This record gives sequence, C-alpha cells and structure tokens, in this order.
Amino acid sequence: MSDDPVVEAVPHEAESEAWLRTNPLSVIARGIGQLKGMIIPLVALFLGGSQFMENSAFLLPIFAVIIVATVISAGFTWYVTKYRIGTSDVKLETGLISRAARSVPFERIQDVSLEQKLIPRLLGLVEVRFETGAGGKDELHLAYVSEAEGEALRETIRALAEDADSALQANKVDAHEPRGVAKSVPIFAMGPKRLFTFGLFEFSLIAFAVVIGFAQQFEFILPFGWEEVEAWFNQPDARAETIRQVQWLTGIVGIAGSLATVIAVGFATGVIRTVLRDWDFRLERTAKGFRRRRGLLTRSDVVMPAHRVQALIVGTRWFRKRFGWHRLSFISLAQDAGSANHDVAPFAQMEEIAPIVQAAGFTLPDHAMQWRQPSARYYADRAVFFALLLGIPAILTIALVDEDFGLWIGLSIAAIAVFSVIEQFWLWRVDRHGFDPEQVLSRHGWLAPRLQIASRVKLHSVEIAQGPIARRRGYATLNFGLAGGNLRFRGLDIGDAKRLRAAVLASIASVDFAQLPR
Amino acid sequence: MDETPQDDDCELTKLHPNYKTMTRVEGLVVVVPLLIAALVVEAFADFPPGITAIPLILLFVWLVIYLPMRRYQTRGFEMSADRLRVVKGVLFHSDTVVPFSRVQHLDVEQGPLERVFGIARLILHTAGSHNASVTLPGLWHGDAVTMREDIRQYVKRESQ
Repeated sequence: MSDDPVVEAVPHEAESEAWLRTNPLSVIARGIGQLKGMIIPLVALFLGGSQFMENSAFLLPIFAVIIVATVISAGFTWYVTKYRIGTSDVKLETGLISRAARSVPFERIQDVSLEQKLIPRLLGLVEVRFETGAGGKDELHLAYVSEAEGEALRETIRALAEDADSALQANKVDAHEPRGVAKSVPIFAMGPKRLFTFGLFEFSLIAFAVVIGFAQQFEFILPFGWEEVEAWFNQPDARAETIRQVQWLTGIVGIAGSLATVIAVGFATGVIRTVLRDWDFRLERTAKGFRRRRGLLTRSDVVMPAHRVQALIVGTRWFRKRFGWHRLSFISLAQDAGSANHDVAPFAQMEEIAPIVQAAGFTLPDHAMQWRQPSARYYADRAVFFALLLGIPAILTIALVDEDFGLWIGLSIAAIAVFSVIEQFWLWRVDRHGFDPEQVLSRHGWLAPRLQIASRVKLHSVEIAQGPIARRRGYATLNFGLAGGNLRFRGLDIGDAKRLRAAVLASIASVDFAQLPR
Repeated sequence: MDETPQDDDCELTKLHPNYKTMTRVEGLVVVVPLLIAALVVEAFADFPPGITAIPLILLFVWLVIYLPMRRYQTRGFEMSADRLRVVKGVLFHSDTVVPFSRVQHLDVEQGPLERVFGIARLILHTAGSHNASVTLPGLWHGDAVTMREDIRQYVKRESQ
C-alpha cells in the first residue's frame, strides 16, 4: 500500500472527472472498526485459554495474525474502492473477487448526509451517505473521506442534483437562485441543561437488562457460577436467615438502598444515552432545507430539504406530557439511522415546535380547526372485544383455580379488562380526525396523544378498508398512501370516510407528481 | 365538507368472466390432489366412512364453487378520466383509489393460467409506502393494455 495511486485516470472514459480513492486513513478506521467487533471473542478466548493452560502466551501470535489480517483486508478494501462524480451520476466500484459497480443518477439522489463514528472522528474522517429513498441497506455510502472532502462532495452533489432536477422541471421557480448563499438560521437547539432534563425523562432500566444478559452470555468469564447466584436467590431460608441476623431497621435501609440504586442507575442510563445521542443538538434552517447536527461520540450531520417533508408527527409520553414536553419528527423519503422518521425536536415545548412546523410548510391545528369525531360504534366494538378477551379468562381463573392466588390473578385480569373498556371510551372522547384545505390531520391517544399532519397533495392513494364487523357496523379505516410512512384514520363513519376520500382525491388529482416540489 | 362523494355511487365495472373460471381452476389445482388422497384413504384405511372425504368435499365446495363466485361478485373497478378505483374483498373489504397523477410506473402481467384464459393483471405502482402497488386482476388482456396506454398517456400529458 506504499505506492500512491490515489488518483488513477481511466483512459477510455470520456468524463471530465477521474476515479478517486477514499482517504488512506480509512484503512486505520476500518481496521479498528473490524477489530472492535472481535474484542469480546478475543477476551473470551484469552480467559478461556488461561483456564486450561498455565501459560497463555501462545495466544499472542494468534492475536498478531488476526490484527495483521484485519489491517491487510482493510487496506485491500481501501485499494479496490473507487468512486467518481461524473457529469450525470455518482459511480462507486468495490470488491476485487466479487466486483460491484454502482451508479446513482443525480436526479435520484434525495440527499447526501455525513456521519462520523468515534474512531473516524478522531482521525478527521466522515462517511458520506447518498440517500435515494431506496431505504436502509441499499443506499450508496462512501467510507471514509476527509471532513473537508465530505463537505465538498455534499455541496457538489447537491448542486448537481438540483441542476438535474431543474432540467427536468422547467417551471421550478428557485432553480436559478444563486448558489453558495448558505445562510443558516438556528431554529432549535438543546443545551446541556435541556439535555439533562430530557435524560431524566428518558429513565431506563435497560442497563440492568444488559448486565444480566451479558452475565448469562459470558458466564464462563465470571469468577463465580451463575447457578450459585440463582441458588442464592432461590433460597428463601438463606435470605431470611441473613435478614434475621441483622436488625430489622437495617433490612429496611438495605431495601431502600437497593431501590435507590436502581432508580439512580435508571436515571443515569437515561441521561448518558441522551447525552451520547443528542449532545449539542442543533437544527438550522438553511437555503437548502433543515440541517440537523447532533451526537457526542458519533456526530451526525443531516440536511432535509423542506419540500421533501411528507408529513410530521408530534408525539409525547404520558409523564412528560404533564410538563408540556413533546417530540417533533418529520416523515421524509430518506431514512434516519434505521428509523423512518427524522427527529427534529426530540424534547421541546409546543411554542418551540410551532415555528419549526411553520418552517416546514405545515400549520398546527388551531381553535378554528373542525375536528371530526370517529364512529362511536368502532370504540364500542373494541371495548366489547377487550372485555371478552380479558373478561372470560378472568372469570375462568376465579372459578377454576381454588387457591387464594387464583382469586387475585383473576381480579387483576378483570381490572385490566375494566381499564381497557374505560380507555376505549376515553379514546372515543379524544380521538379526532380532520382536514383543512392543505392537510389531513389525526390526533390519537389518551394519556400521550399523537398528532399526525400530512400534506394532501403529497399523498399517493386512498383506500377505504373494512373488515367483516366494520362492514356490518358501518365504519371503516382510511389508509393513505404516504411516501416513507404510514397514515391511517381508524374507525371513521363510512359516510365520513367517503367524503374525506373524495376531498383528498380532488387535491391529489389536481397536482401531478412531477409538478410537486422535489 | 362541501365536496360530495363523486366516486362512490357509480356502478363498478365487472371483471372479465374468465376470471371466475380461472379462480375455479386454481381451486381445483389445490383441491383435486387432496381429494384423490382422501378417497384413497377412504378406500384402504380403517377409518369410519367419510372422515377424510367429507371435509375435503366441503373444501371443494368452498374453494371451487363458493369463493370464485363471491370473489367475482365483490371485485370490480372504475376507471374515470384521472383516477382508477379498485374494489375487492369477500370478508375484508378494500376500496382503493389511485389518481393517475401519482402513478410511478405500470405493469401488465400474465401468469401461465391467465394466459390460457386470455386475461391479465394491471399493476399500478405509486411512491406511497402503503399500497405501493395496486393490482387489478381479471382484465381481458387487450383491455389491460389499452388501460395501461390510457394511463400512460395521461401521465405523459400531465407531467409535461
């Protein structure tokens, strides 16, 4: 790898740009990335080996071989990976034995995003992802180029992609606006204080689950057997003995102490995960769309063009809702780290969310909004369903299990049944659907209501679906074809469903897909 | 709610009758081997009479006689100037409208059995995640091609 064919011209290609290689430092980044996955097996091997043999030094050559092999393979990957920004597409060639050449035309590129994991970040490298709307794994990505080059690539491709777009659409107004006017206005940010509050609300006991899972998985590393722990827990006598030995008060203190530990760890987990994910969260409105940067160790930098936002979701959770905290996310064609929605304001008050919604070209419902109530029969049917589903087992348990606990279990199931029935009634009281000239809206949920807003012209199809019961009872589910997400209104009265569909179809049919802002 | 439901009260166009015949043949393909096996069991095994044959005769009635008839009755479509409405579902009813302005691409497909009966499926692909492709089976092949061309012309004209 000491030779330097960083730029290698391909003679029989008439394109102006030459084939380029990724940054040579990506050999190190890739190598470390691959070794990281092997650390746990290697440690296990080391410890496992040391149990059988006095001297585990023989393992060191094996480690050396693995490291060298990884570096060579990473170097090889680097050597055979070449890319080129042509006049109409991006080309990427990878692999030696199974060689793959991919080409993505500019007009199909929805967006270019940059991502930095910890190690590439230390080396000043970024991974460039080309979002085509194909979703997830099949996206073209380039790992790794230097930060400056990543930024330049993004600008180049975005400019070229917009040219390709505007060539297709003669009537696009802003196609010839001067480029390079990258004025950005911050519209939402989360400082450390907000992040800490957010983290507290993200209370999570997942750390305990991980510790227990890990301990089970790698039992052989532990100095004691898992069975011993289990046996200790399963011996009520031993525990009772222990407690009897100490004072009564100490026992209480001990329980309170462990409870406090659990709570503290839960909060700490929430805060740490939140800080890692959302550190220095910034959302800016730029000429090209929304730019979001976040992350402590893995810093991501995503730009979402405003006109590509298909719909938005304002969600919350039952407890944080009491303090007015909401989460705003966008549904767009591109994927965001495995989830279909882009978080644009993960933890914000409604008055902070409103300007973002407006900037995306949507409007939040106000008091003038004419909400429509779904069919009462839908919720009544669901209540009956839950009552039967849970009520019958509850009665059977009480009747058939003789022991005392049978009664208690039966009563608990019955309590859940009663709660479900009340919940359906409440949902009927609060669930609403509606539409205004530009949008369709739905609000669903009791303790943590979720508001979905979709642009009418950006929908693709409308389906009225009815099961056998729904048909008899005269209600329906309205399914909208939405790019990159789901939007359905459940339990609409059939007449309402038909009227809503007719209205939405009229807006869809009036604008051709090619005329939509892309 | 000033718009009146204009799509829903119109008469649906029925599918080609060959579609019913074809679904019957599809049913036969499933049922006949099972029925033969059941009759063999009836003849040679020591079970009470009818224990294997009767359920399969019921299956035959349901899959070859009842279901194709009901399917044919419930399916239908309506093609207007700028949209296609596809209705289907014996038990679970579905009524989908795709405006031509949202059609990304179109397919006319024919399986071997469909070719025997001269019918085809028209498939409309949209960019939506739900109903990404809407299939309308049981069209006379020539009709399917004409419909595809009509929609194609519409898309071409409107996207200019």
